[in-house]
Amino acid sequence: MAKLIGSIKVDIQKCKGCDLCVIACPLDVIALSKDANSKGYNFAHMINPDACNGCSACAEVCPEASITVYRVRV
Amino acid sequence: MNNMNITDIVNPANLVYKKNSVLNDLPMHYCPGCSHGVVHKLLGDIIEELNIQEQTIGVAPVGCAVFAYKYLDIDWQQAAHGRAPALATAIKRLLPDRYVFTYQGDGDLAAIGTAETLHACNRGENIVIIYINNGIYGMTGGQMAPTTLLGMKSTTSPKGRMYERDGNPLDMPKLLAELDGVCYVTRQAVHTVGAVKKCRRAIKKAFEYSALNKGTSIVEVVSTCNSGWKMTPDFANRWMVENMFSKYPLGDIKDTIQA
Ligand SMILES: Cc1ncc(C[n+]2csc(CCOP(=O)(O)OP(=O)(O)O)c2C)c(N)n1
Repeated sequence: MAKLIGSIKVDIQKCKGCDLCVIACPLDVIALSKDANSKGYNFAHMINPDACNGCSACAEVCPEASITVYRVRV
Repeated sequence: MNNMNITDIVNPANLVYKKNSVLNDLPMHYCPGCSHGVVHKLLGDIIEELNIQEQTIGVAPVGCAVFAYKYLDIDWQQAAHGRAPALATAIKRLLPDRYVFTYQGDGDLAAIGTAETLHACNRGENIVIIYINNGIYGMTGGQMAPTTLLGMKSTTSPKGRMYERDGNPLDMPKLLAELDGVCYVTRQAVHTVGAVKKCRRAIKKAFEYSALNKGTSIVEVVSTCNSGWKMTPDFANRWMVENMFSKYPLGDIKDTIQA
């Protein structure tokens, strides 16, 4: 059975920590970091990278277009 | 089981989603979670997909989106408050081979610009109107707009909008759909992945229709203004689903081209 493995890259300086990607992710891959970017926003990052299947839900809803998504079929 | 590491996956060959190239790299001035950002992104996606970056002219409004011209790398004009459809009329008539769109809030389109909007649509100008309806005047601090829901609190209706005093919420797209000059009217939202994808298709259709010279296309995006509504972005989305969608139901209102 083919399996999809994904990963995201967040532009942490553009991220405003709005949390919408965290809510959109169906696999609970993303959370807001305890660290903040230079503007003081707690940016989004992967806390559970193994669960990501590259569905791009996070990137679709991101108002800052700060998420890039990669996916491989293995 | 997963013997690939992140560096193997994060590789241009495996790219499935990236920011379009029409949207530039400037950080947007919008509040965290604002719907404007998502709609800007969708416009960039479509302009890139249709390969019309050189032929597209946007008209920015007065309101939070007044700086839209800073973010999308196309030609822009910035109109006086509410006058975007009048300016777009002139641009489209002088340069009929361009894709011309206005980008307007509800304060801009449904209050101060009602006359310009109605008459541009009645003349059937071959433009696209992107209408961001967040139910308030966002930029100036959350005052009541004609679109504010009954009972909805704003800085100028702190106890909620009252019919007896303030009248009913105004549904402009429904009104404009009655005009023969208008070929396409749809109401969308961008609160979920599914909604974002539908909205992208609707905006694309509106751009394609505007090149057919069959009249005005209107895409309303029922939106949140989480800071004006004094809610978190997520709560604002849920509030919108529960309250806005009954007055402003999603879906196509008119499509004379596909019908
Ligand atoms: C002629 C004129 N009248 C009033 C204003 C003040 N003003 C600036 S933005 C705005 C309302 C914008 O609200 P909306 O169109 O809903 O856009 P939003 O900011 O919510 O995106 C008003 C009344 C102005 N700039 N010019």
